[in-house]
Amino acid sequence: MTYVRPKFRHPELPKNKLGYTLSYYEGALSTLCAGCGHDSISAAIVQACYDLDIEPHKVAKLSGIGCSSKTPAYFLSNSHGFNSVHGRMPSVATGANLANRDLKYIGISGDGDTASIGMGQFVHVIRRNLNMLYVVMNNGCYGLTKGQDSATADAGSKNKTGQVNLFQSIDLASLAIELGATFVAQSFSGDKQQLVPLMKAAMKHQGFAFINVISPCVTFNNNVGSTKSYDYVREHVEATGTLDFVPMMSEITTEYAEGSTEHLVLHDGSIIELHKLADGWDPHNRISAINAVQHAKAKNEILTGLLYMEKETTDLHDMLGTTDIPLNSLTKEILCPGSGKLKELNDSLR
Amino acid sequence: MSAGSNSVNDFVVRFANVNGTGSASANFLFTKSIFRMGIPVTPKNIFPSNIQGLPTWYEVRVSEKGYLGRREGIDLMVCVNPQSMMNDVKSVKKGGYFLYDSTKKLHDEFIREDINYIGIPLMEMCNREFNDARQRQLFKNIIYVGALCGLLDIEVSVFEGLFAEQFKGKEKLIAPNMKSLQMGIDYVKQNFSCPLNIRVERRDLLKDAIMVDGNSACGLGAVYAGATVAAWYPITPSTSVVEAFMEYAAEYRVDPQTGKKNYAIVQAEDELAAIGMVIGANWNGARSFTATSGPGVSLMNEFLGLGYFAEIPAVLIDVQRAGPSTGMPTRVQQSDILEAAYASHGDTKQILVIPSTPRECFEMTADAFDLAEQLQTPVIVMTDLDLGMNDHVSPPFEWDDKRIFHRGKVLTADFLENMPKFGRYLDVDGDGIPYRTYPGTHPTKGAFFTRGTSRDEYAAYTEDAGAYKRNMDRLMVKWETAKKMVHAPELYQHKNHHGNGILFYGTSKYAAEEAIDLLKEQGIHLDAIRIKSFPFNSTVEQFIAAHDKVFVVDQNRDAQMRSLLMIELGINPEKLTSILSYDGMPITADLIQQSITNNLSIHKVKEGTLS
Ligand SMILES: Cc1ncc(C[n+]2csc(CCOP(=O)(O)OP(=O)(O)O)c2C)c(N)n1
Ligand code: SF4
Ligand SMILES: [Mg+2]
Repeated sequence: MTYVRPKFRHPELPKNKLGYTLSYYEGALSTLCAGCGHDSISAAIVQACYDLDIEPHKVAKLSGIGCSSKTPAYFLSNSHGFNSVHGRMPSVATGANLANRDLKYIGISGDGDTASIGMGQFVHVIRRNLNMLYVVMNNGCYGLTKGQDSATADAGSKNKTGQVNLFQSIDLASLAIELGATFVAQSFSGDKQQLVPLMKAAMKHQGFAFINVISPCVTFNNNVGSTKSYDYVREHVEATGTLDFVPMMSEITTEYAEGSTEHLVLHDGSIIELHKLADGWDPHNRISAINAVQHAKAKNEILTGLLYMEKETTDLHDMLGTTDIPLNSLTKEILCPGSGKLKELNDSLR
Repeated sequence: MSAGSNSVNDFVVRFANVNGTGSASANFLFTKSIFRMGIPVTPKNIFPSNIQGLPTWYEVRVSEKGYLGRREGIDLMVCVNPQSMMNDVKSVKKGGYFLYDSTKKLHDEFIREDINYIGIPLMEMCNREFNDARQRQLFKNIIYVGALCGLLDIEVSVFEGLFAEQFKGKEKLIAPNMKSLQMGIDYVKQNFSCPLNIRVERRDLLKDAIMVDGNSACGLGAVYAGATVAAWYPITPSTSVVEAFMEYAAEYRVDPQTGKKNYAIVQAEDELAAIGMVIGANWNGARSFTATSGPGVSLMNEFLGLGYFAEIPAVLIDVQRAGPSTGMPTRVQQSDILEAAYASHGDTKQILVIPSTPRECFEMTADAFDLAEQLQTPVIVMTDLDLGMNDHVSPPFEWDDKRIFHRGKVLTADFLENMPKFGRYLDVDGDGIPYRTYPGTHPTKGAFFTRGTSRDEYAAYTEDAGAYKRNMDRLMVKWETAKKMVHAPELYQHKNHHGNGILFYGTSKYAAEEAIDLLKEQGIHLDAIRIKSFPFNSTVEQFIAAHDKVFVVDQNRDAQMRSLLMIELGINPEKLTSILSYDGMPITADLIQQSITNNLSIHKVKEGTLS
């Protein structure tokens, strides 16, 4: 049921630049099933925020409804959290972001929360290039309502009751690339090595960063015949490459053979060191990225890793032309035109 | 055929136009000219849910006594729409006037013996004078305004002034407009005896009044209240609220140095997203609002419940239209009262404020932001299509520069630093209103988890029956607090005098006030109260208790306000007599007067047989 965290903490646990230990980035104890993929993703978020020296109180974490959407309670307990309503996290995140552009926004959703009830809001938040990290914990089923197929369940995939799904699945990563998302990645909850640097890069991205993480539901969809089980995913993962995240102003230490390594520069100067495995794939080219995902799919493989990114993007605030100062900090003196203007207006209405 | 008795400053003119022909600005010009002559005037658009081609009407009531509700009975019909002519002829009052384009002869079927015909060859005059087709259309409208100027004795100089303002910067348009106007004046002066027995005479009855629509006033109120995030999805009749916010914000809220906006407006993908954005922004400490109508409120229900239960401020402006479903999208009703008051599943109660005039739209929208933040809950401004989309004579807007934004109980970093333990849902002050924090305030203190699920005083998830119940009961304590904070009703007397009372709200104000006068002339005296908010504060309860019978005016079929009074105040249904109007047209004084007279006389007969 609940995974127990050791209470004793060594006094000399390593600290990040802000002086915080890793545990400072944790949340309440998880109440998800032991082995649930979602918990590993929470752990990756904790690790990424710790590594990036992020001030937890400068993060807002938002979610919809589902087992996945419960996870914001299980990481970053010093951040404000908002577990909203089913499928509507994107709108709440949009409002929150408009109110204060200085915070980091992490949105957590499930495949039910995003690909069914929340599909409308998902596609529109992409169009707006809202500056946020949007994570889907994708288990191909509705965990919280006891395992019904979701819209990301693959056609032919069998769930725990033995039922075979007949409907086509929605491929969220391809959709996001197609709709103009400016950072798209795919990963597997069981691959911490890949997930953590991806999270870091996504959090540094200026604009809408989407990570679709296959995250098995051990209770309802981890059986033989399911294409979202641990075993199946492990056997069918194909990575676009391995990657490291190098924060801004750090030295690049590891060396790789010329040609196989590419340095992708992020908005703030941080670098993704990408050791490419996939042929003919260009992470800066939308068509190439979609092709790569579709080719893998045709071979029954799940392509993971960074799929697509743009360095400089225009986010919603830029598009709307809002002030650089957080709107929630503007005072009456700036916001209220005052009685003088009202007198003029009255005159014009006579 | 001679017309009825002489009538100065007391008549109704109706214009029958075709949607999309530029008639709107000519009609407004007419209304404004009467306004400028210092006479109370009230225009109403009666329009279809269509962009071009269908009939529209514009009805203008002129009333020396200042009655600004709709009145049945048309004294003068200006008919420039052949499509609706049959009905238009029929709708003229006996002895009234029918102004039409006489370029083509009027068929016999349109001739009534009991009305007067004023034929003006509008098209012929235009064709002679103007070459361009669009110009012909526009100036045809101005010619009929000119005709009215002559027929009703409106001062020509008033139009000179209006044109000068309208065409500031495009001065060369003034001359052709004045010329068209004069063509109309000259024609009627040569061919009819002017003025008619209905006419205007200059007065000084309006003092400092302005003329504006309620939606503009709501949008302006949001600007003055410091709203920075607006999210919306277009729907008649609410669209112009956000459009007004857009215009006023563009004027008053752009940083002169950087050219950047001190506000953000998002056209959302639907009303669910619109209210979601509003809740997200308010949660994060920005004042934010949306505007919609009935169908949108239906969609917003889930979020309104979240706002209520998780205690997040939000301002929603509901410009009501005729339901149910898509109903009559361009007609008026007050039929969202119950749906708004109890919006969302579970035990919910929402704060409503109900303006009656543009001035109140401005003030109450601004107040709604204070209330929402002070009470940490959604506040719904209940206006309607009549108030929102029609111009109204209104007291001017007023703003006290000393007024502060009441942001409610929000803890600062300093405060958090020095307090022992923060409990988001603790009732520290005993008024049911807890303290909140904005995200990002303090590095280690004050963070909490907002959720629509049950939680304890420290915002931790719980299914404990006691904690759940404590929370629900605290929300009722807050509701009691709200009763003292929301707008008090308007009482029409210092002391209650009479056995019977009348209760109304929103745009029924105009017709009700007139009806009270009419009834007085008949010897029927009523005490009156106008409700401005929900929850009902104690004055409402006292008013009902002090009267034997209270007439409740509702512009809906189901007597929604009456139900709300019964539910919330436990009033004996027999005490509340409904007066209902729900045909989509603004309620009239006549209807109220008739209903009350009938009710009281039936009652007398009954009493008589008993004794
Ligand atoms: C409006 C509404 N409809 C239905 C539900 C019930 N419900 C809760 S979670 C859920 C599905 C969650 O699936 P997913 O997003 O994939 O999350 P998971 O539990 O699989 O992580 C549903 C249907 C709800 N909470 N609200
Ligand atoms: S039901 Fe599935 S998704 Fe939900 S917590 Fe358990 S394993 Fe995770
Ligand atoms: Mg799921």
